[in-house]
Amino acid sequence: MTDMLTPVLTANWADDRAWKLANYERRGGYQALRKALKMSADDVMTAVKESGLRGRGGAGFPTGMKWSFVPQNNPNPKYLVVNGDESEPGTCKDIPLMMASPHTLVEGVIISSYAIRAHHAFIYIRGEVLHVHRRMQQAVREAYSAGYLGKNILGTGYDLEVIVHAGAGAYICGEETALLDSLEGRRGQPRLRPPFPAVAGLYASPTVVNNVESIASVPSIIANGASWFASMGTEKSKGFGIYSLSGHVARPGQYEAPLGITMRQLLDLAGGMRNGHQLKFFTPGGSSTQILTAAHLDLPLDFDSVAAAGSLLGTRALQTFDETTSVVRTTLRWVEFYKHESCGKCTPCREGNWWLVQMLKKFEAGQAEEGDIEKLLDVASNIGGRSFCALADGAVACVQSAVKEFRSEFEQGYHTPAWELFPYEKSALFATNEGGRA
Amino acid sequence: MSGHEFQSYFPESGGVDYSDTSTAIDDRAIAELRQLAGRYPQARSALLPMLHLVQSYDGRISPRGIEVCAEILGISTAQVSGVATFYTMYHRRPAGKHHIGVCTTALCAVMGGDILLEKVSEKLGIHEGETTPDGLFSLERVECNAACDFAPIMMVNWEFMDNMTPAKATEILDKLAAGQEVQSSRGATITDWRSAERVLAGFDDGRADEGPTAGEASLRGLNLAQERNWTAPAPGSTTASAPAPSQEKK
Amino acid sequence: MSVDAKDAAVQKSDLVSVFIDGTEVRVPKGTMAIRAAELIGVAIPRFCDHPLLDPMGACRQCLVEVPDMGNGRGMPKPQAACTLEVAPGMKIATQNTSEVARKAQEGIIELLLINHPLDCPICDKGGECPLQNQAMTNGRGESRYGGVKRTFPKPVSISAQILLDRERCVLCARCTRFSEQIAGDPFIALVERGALQQVGIYEEHPYHSYFSGNVVQICPVGALTSAAYRFQARPFDLVSTVTTCEHCASGCELRTDHRHFQVKRRLAGNLPAVNEEWNCDRGRFAYRYAQGDDRLTHPLVRENGVLRAASWPEAIDAAVAGLRAAGSAVGVLPGGRLTLENAYGYAKFARAVLGTNHIDYRSRPHSAEELAFLASEVAGRTLADSVTYADLEAAQKVVLVGFEPEEESPIVFLRLRKAVRKKGLQVVAVAPFLSAGNAKLSATLVATRPGAEAAAVAALPVEGDTIVLVGERAALAPGTLAACAALARRGGVRLAWIPRRAGEIGAIEAGCLPNLLPGGRPLDAAARVDVQTTWGVDHLPPLEGMDADGILRAAGTGHLKALVVGGVEPTDFADAAAVRAALEAAPFVVSLEQRVSEVTERADVVLPVVSIDRQAGTFVNWEHRRGRVNRVLRDDRVAMTDLRVLAALADGLGRDLGVRRPSAALAELDELGGWEGVRSATASAAPARPAPSAPGGLVLASWRQLIDGSAGNAGAPDLVATAKQPVVRLSAQTAQRLGLSEGEDVTVTAGRGDLTLPLAIEPTLLDGVVWVPGNYFTGSTGELAVRPGDAVTVNRGGVA
Repeated sequence: MTDMLTPVLTANWADDRAWKLANYERRGGYQALRKALKMSADDVMTAVKESGLRGRGGAGFPTGMKWSFVPQNNPNPKYLVVNGDESEPGTCKDIPLMMASPHTLVEGVIISSYAIRAHHAFIYIRGEVLHVHRRMQQAVREAYSAGYLGKNILGTGYDLEVIVHAGAGAYICGEETALLDSLEGRRGQPRLRPPFPAVAGLYASPTVVNNVESIASVPSIIANGASWFASMGTEKSKGFGIYSLSGHVARPGQYEAPLGITMRQLLDLAGGMRNGHQLKFFTPGGSSTQILTAAHLDLPLDFDSVAAAGSLLGTRALQTFDETTSVVRTTLRWVEFYKHESCGKCTPCREGNWWLVQMLKKFEAGQAEEGDIEKLLDVASNIGGRSFCALADGAVACVQSAVKEFRSEFEQGYHTPAWELFPYEKSALFATNEGGRA
Repeated sequence: MSGHEFQSYFPESGGVDYSDTSTAIDDRAIAELRQLAGRYPQARSALLPMLHLVQSYDGRISPRGIEVCAEILGISTAQVSGVATFYTMYHRRPAGKHHIGVCTTALCAVMGGDILLEKVSEKLGIHEGETTPDGLFSLERVECNAACDFAPIMMVNWEFMDNMTPAKATEILDKLAAGQEVQSSRGATITDWRSAERVLAGFDDGRADEGPTAGEASLRGLNLAQERNWTAPAPGSTTASAPAPSQEKK
Repeated sequence: MSVDAKDAAVQKSDLVSVFIDGTEVRVPKGTMAIRAAELIGVAIPRFCDHPLLDPMGACRQCLVEVPDMGNGRGMPKPQAACTLEVAPGMKIATQNTSEVARKAQEGIIELLLINHPLDCPICDKGGECPLQNQAMTNGRGESRYGGVKRTFPKPVSISAQILLDRERCVLCARCTRFSEQIAGDPFIALVERGALQQVGIYEEHPYHSYFSGNVVQICPVGALTSAAYRFQARPFDLVSTVTTCEHCASGCELRTDHRHFQVKRRLAGNLPAVNEEWNCDRGRFAYRYAQGDDRLTHPLVRENGVLRAASWPEAIDAAVAGLRAAGSAVGVLPGGRLTLENAYGYAKFARAVLGTNHIDYRSRPHSAEELAFLASEVAGRTLADSVTYADLEAAQKVVLVGFEPEEESPIVFLRLRKAVRKKGLQVVAVAPFLSAGNAKLSATLVATRPGAEAAAVAALPVEGDTIVLVGERAALAPGTLAACAALARRGGVRLAWIPRRAGEIGAIEAGCLPNLLPGGRPLDAAARVDVQTTWGVDHLPPLEGMDADGILRAAGTGHLKALVVGGVEPTDFADAAAVRAALEAAPFVVSLEQRVSEVTERADVVLPVVSIDRQAGTFVNWEHRRGRVNRVLRDDRVAMTDLRVLAALADGLGRDLGVRRPSAALAELDELGGWEGVRSATASAAPARPAPSAPGGLVLASWRQLIDGSAGNAGAPDLVATAKQPVVRLSAQTAQRLGLSEGEDVTVTAGRGDLTLPLAIEPTLLDGVVWVPGNYFTGSTGELAVRPGDAVTVNRGGVA
């Protein structure tokens, strides 16, 4: 019934200058906004609830329900904050979305703000993507000029100000409360919860923080109806999502499909692994999700199925690695990432990643000792579930799943360097042909 | 071979370089910083953009920059320093005219990022975290830059240089050194790092319309769907609960 | 440790029942699990948690298992007890009963130690270190860490007084939270990120806060140390004494630690009703003032114009001879720093031994209006009928008149700040500008020219649930104290007078004023009879005596034949030169002092008295709360307190003082009790001094800063190095009119001289007002004989 791929958010990415307001409108852009502004705010919220949209930033919390937690009797202003800090290793969907079609996001921001009765919205984008900032800033300017933003939007009496805000280099700011601290001009360290942002978020006022893709999905839900959206995907993971394939796959890229597509299907679409190589392992949703192997090729990539397999759907960031890849090396590099990005607030994450990196370096160098695998796992167990936020859980997830799936490779770390077992140049995409794949 | 060495001694951590008090922050800069502070419901929210702007003037987070931000926002210099040292995009020492980043987070590293960083480092004659003596280039090992489908990735002044190879990187660096025009794979003509910082602070440089809508990898799914005539269902054509595609299309 | 769970106002219905290791405990809603556990004696290890700081949940040491959230479901992960709000029926399993909790805590300790240096043997904290202790009770016997430890250059001076050893730090953020939340001085912050995260300052702006020493005390490791105590002693070699601070009227409890009869350090005591667990840096670090070369170690007697050493009997005889010759024509100036017992000694000595009411403890600018105000509004109060710290915390509005809390009573400042942060207290300051301290209280400024306070107070739109805090400086603006007293008669408005010195309230209660007998008694016949009975004397002088200025004038002119002077500094008076002249001209001066001073230099007999750490007694703080002063050092066999010296003088004069030990003095004062008869009449407004009339004339505003050149800060160079730089403040407009600019030296000419200090432009300062610190190290306003409200001139530096 439903097609294998269902381009909605990506549908206009091949258009010439899709980022311009006129081109967006030519495809029906901002019609959803006009429709939404004729609805009551509650009806918009209901539509999003009924669509079954779950957060596309990794956690999968129902978006409409998140909105409904905003206490409308709270006298403080309400805020919408869009999380465009896309930094989870492997995740690369929001950046091309904002680059290609920033107005999809702007339209989603206006509709969503209207639903939660916010008059101020912020689009927080990681700083290291210059051109995305240009495109988003310009789109917001265009929207102001066209009367989609500012005072009395489209004559409806609804007011909304939108600010495009640049981060400055911190993975942790993808965590919603750290993002709020960062947006308040502070060090991006996670906040205690409760209170949750819906009650006391930005400036201690009710705030909804949603991922770029979640908010960008809203116009299509309003335009086509909740049941249209819900007709795609699985029972508990409705709608479509962008699947990002990267690594040793033949044709890496963005594949927008109903939730529940399998890795086997996606690999087929992407032309399989690079020529002459086989899949060794992959992440279903970024490096913070437990790695899976070819045994999981037929697992439906929806929230519940992946969770049942002991991992997480996360951001559908499918990083693939072939048999040339050292799991020990890859794990080390991921944990080095977490060590670098740990905010430092809590002990297990700050100190634990520092220790894990040193242990993994010994495994990589073939200098680990008998019993070090047990020590590695025990230290990991003292970090996971003990830290302030989920960052360290991600680090632990990749360590634990790597040992679980490839224990023998870690045992080889007792005597043989990883670079001897898996010559690193063989994994490089330009190893055999310096010109590379591009 | 195994990535960077493990560092454990941090003699110069804790703040910016106070020994260099040079600054280009003038009345215009202060007016612009105040303008940024005025954009937000609460002024302190502007601190990150303000620090980007400080870098566009001073090429780094300068002591003067910290003091001015603290004064405008009514917070302590220690608080500004705490923010300035938290985020990796803020430099303690002057960055080069062109700031080069090579991604070596796991996937890029494995796909060739490690080798690429080594080659770029050799080419520029500097290590990560350093600036060439002529001030033309600085080099940074960057963490995942959200372009994994274009791995390995190099950034020039925070513009994407996709599907990088040592040969391509060498060519880009040569051109930049020679002052020739270089185009980002998915962005504008390369300007310079300070100009980029100014855009990040929120000041338009008029280049939004340069570059493509999307890169090749971003379009692979869409192209395939168009080839095979796959689309999302037409509105109104569906009932509420369709079976999962995985079950249907086997 | 204070348990904020035990709020008196908690209703039974607000209590929730939780089970900790199987024991039921009922606590108010909103209580954190770690506090609830404390109530039943279950100690959960912790580092970042501090009951007076906002919860943070950073160190993760206090992880516990929650097998039941109260709804039958357990929590999947261990929870930090310091941020876990209890819920009805919640079951909490600590390390005592849960293997999950035990292992989680053991894991955290191990992680905290991997980068912690093994320098306990040379670390100041060793022996009293929560990390060391909890590693022993809750940690593994051995570390499994085989990596390299994180190191930094060490130590870093974050101020002249506070040093930071970064590699010892566990990043609990107690210090940074204290600075930001409690003191409002966020000059230290967490800087860097991840494993590099550390506490830091902005290099050009050291951690100068009046409360900086508290961060050393609450640091759970040896990362923060003070220059004063670093490498001075091991905690287990110290002897601790709980006592009360002598530096101001806040009334902090202290813990004073000594070794070999030398005070090594002072810590904030734990007195929830007063200082909670904090104190100010002056209280903490200014304790060596009586250890210097200027300490008087034996009596001195003037012979042929020169002071020479004398034995106690000889000196007492000399003093007695002089006093006997003077008869009742003696003035007594006890000073404002005495314990209640010593003050009582002076009050009784003046009345019952010398037969005079010429006694005034006020060694500072004062007024007749103030005397009436103190008699009617301050004297004879008790804690029960006085405004208290708790009242400040509960008030809706607090009005500050002639009072800068951060400078003049720092713990009052902290409590006000707490109320502002936590309870939404509104603070209104009647002052010439919004000081940095009052800005930290988010105070609303009622901008008032010095001298115009009375009118400003009268015009305040104040009613209902308001507390007026008036400082000793209000005496200098005629009508102000009366206006405050009038305000306090409006419905719901209460009044408290907060002096600077620790001994002032005690001196008032003891009767060290010319119009008051002990217990707030007036001089009327009924009150005199009351006192005569207890003292066993048949006569007490009936007429009001002279005030301090009057006494000095009369001594200078020979109308008084002798002076008995306690701890008094001429520079603290309105006119230092006049005091010096009077002392020199006085026929006979007996000085009871700890250190060589301008008074001892001019005295005929100098009788050295013991320092505060060698005596017992009582300070009465601004709330009229008694704080016990306990004897810290017992190296002298007999403590020659002021009281004991006065008793010896009385003996020599053939009169029995009746009391010579502090305990006896206190017992007698308590036996006298409060006065239940007619009180002095309400203070009436004195006519306001005319404001300087010349158009464009400048008037002076001034107050003392906490850390300044005063004698009490002697011997604490590292403390003094953190003082605010003295400046002259002008508004931008006034500076412009005078052609002066920020930072340049300006000269203020007034009264008897001038002072030159850098100019600071103060945006909120009224035009035409010049502010200078009361003591600016090289001098004082008393030296210049100028008072707030006086006309002054200002010129570019050096141009008088």
